[in-house]
Amino acid sequence: MSDTLSRTPLFALHVELGGRIVPFAGWEMPVQYTGIIEEHMAVRQAAGLFDVSHMGEARVRGRDAAKFLDGIMTNEMATIKVGMARYTVMCQPDGGCVDDLIVYRLADDEFLICLNASNAPKDIAWMRAHIGTHQVEVLDECAAWAQLALQGPRAEAILALTTATPLASIKRFGFEFGEVAGVAGCLISRTGYTGSPGFELYLPAASAEKVARALLAAGKPHGLVPAGLGARDSLRLEANYPLYGHEISEKISPIQASLGWTVKFAKPDFIGREALHRQAQGGPSSSVVLFSLDDRRIARQGAVVYSGETPVGEVLSGTQSPVLGKPIGTALVAAGHAASATLTVDIRGNRIPLRLSAEPFVK
Amino acid sequence: MSNVPADLHYTKDHEWIKVAADGTAVIGITDHAQAALGDVTFVDLPKIGASFNHGDVFGTVESVKAASDLYSPISCEVVEANADLNNSPDLVNREPYGGAWMIKVKVKNPAELGALLDAAGYAATL
Repeated sequence: MSDTLSRTPLFALHVELGGRIVPFAGWEMPVQYTGIIEEHMAVRQAAGLFDVSHMGEARVRGRDAAKFLDGIMTNEMATIKVGMARYTVMCQPDGGCVDDLIVYRLADDEFLICLNASNAPKDIAWMRAHIGTHQVEVLDECAAWAQLALQGPRAEAILALTTATPLASIKRFGFEFGEVAGVAGCLISRTGYTGSPGFELYLPAASAEKVARALLAAGKPHGLVPAGLGARDSLRLEANYPLYGHEISEKISPIQASLGWTVKFAKPDFIGREALHRQAQGGPSSSVVLFSLDDRRIARQGAVVYSGETPVGEVLSGTQSPVLGKPIGTALVAAGHAASATLTVDIRGNRIPLRLSAEPFVK
Repeated sequence: MSNVPADLHYTKDHEWIKVAADGTAVIGITDHAQAALGDVTFVDLPKIGASFNHGDVFGTVESVKAASDLYSPISCEVVEANADLNNSPDLVNREPYGGAWMIKVKVKNPAELGALLDAAGYAATL
């Protein structure tokens, strides 16, 4: 790992907007501008603009591209239609997650894949190592792209002010290439990581600041605010979206993380299939649960979960839910306890009951 | 720049203390501390009568980002805890030196006050 932190093309804009810059996944990123709760609620009620240019991108192209991806991804790749995207996990042979990804089908033989920032070099190396005899190439395009997430109920109205691309016809997980704020070659995708409606924009890196400024100006009358990684985390947790390194990791499989819907056992062999199949059949040794607390204290990552006096798990993510007004989080708990009504979590010596939730807190 | 009122004493851990003539004092956290914490969601304060030595943890302030311990600037006994912070923990962000005072205490050893930082000394640590 390098000691020097990377900066996105929007770094100067973050500083100008008063963003508080923190190190995250090897990048200098704004954790907040005015406050996490305010930015969070802006996304739920109006709109927020996030710089997610730290995310990586890889282009996979060649005659065997779909077949190659189906061999390393848990979800079905060959059936993605051109112009559509799909969420998937890439697994190790033991079922642990290399990464979770969004795969965009650009053409029959060409895909663009969104990678988690801290995993990008590992992912690209993993993909290249598994090319085998496939007619395919894996191109590292991390530096070529910037990414913005425009999220919230007003996102579509705001984006429409900056592009002539028809947005209403872009379905959820659909995308179009178009011009945004005069910048050509932008990938406009109806996806997001907040649980609110919105878009993610893949932009030529050199033009990202122009697009961001145009969106902020156009969106201001609609209540658009710049939003940082703090709000991104609390938003995704309310929506129960996993974050790599927390709910999924090299140690936590998609079956454990309740992402079984992304694992297609019916397709031909893929890396991790046997291990994941065993977990799906026999039940995993531990699984991830979503919870809220009727308390004021937040259960943070690493807090121990108890059944009676027996430790049965630990907290993976925890924050304050601005929408619920109480703490929420996820925990990895041992088999047999994932539906228990009597779990507690230790917060600085206090045992607080976990209120498990089968549904995300926002949908 | 964060606000550092001249009439208070400070710790390098970002607590402030205001000493009254009757031997009591009020303790809170600084503007710099609240800005660093971000949105405060909960303040866990001690009960009346609790006793602390200089440097003891007397409570916790929890923000969306992190939970941070509160350290007693002096040896003291709690005579009042700010009940307003139960329902309005965000006072810490809005009025760190006013409405968000945390505890009122009886000073046990006035000699300890001499070891605290004055406003200029604290500002120099920021």
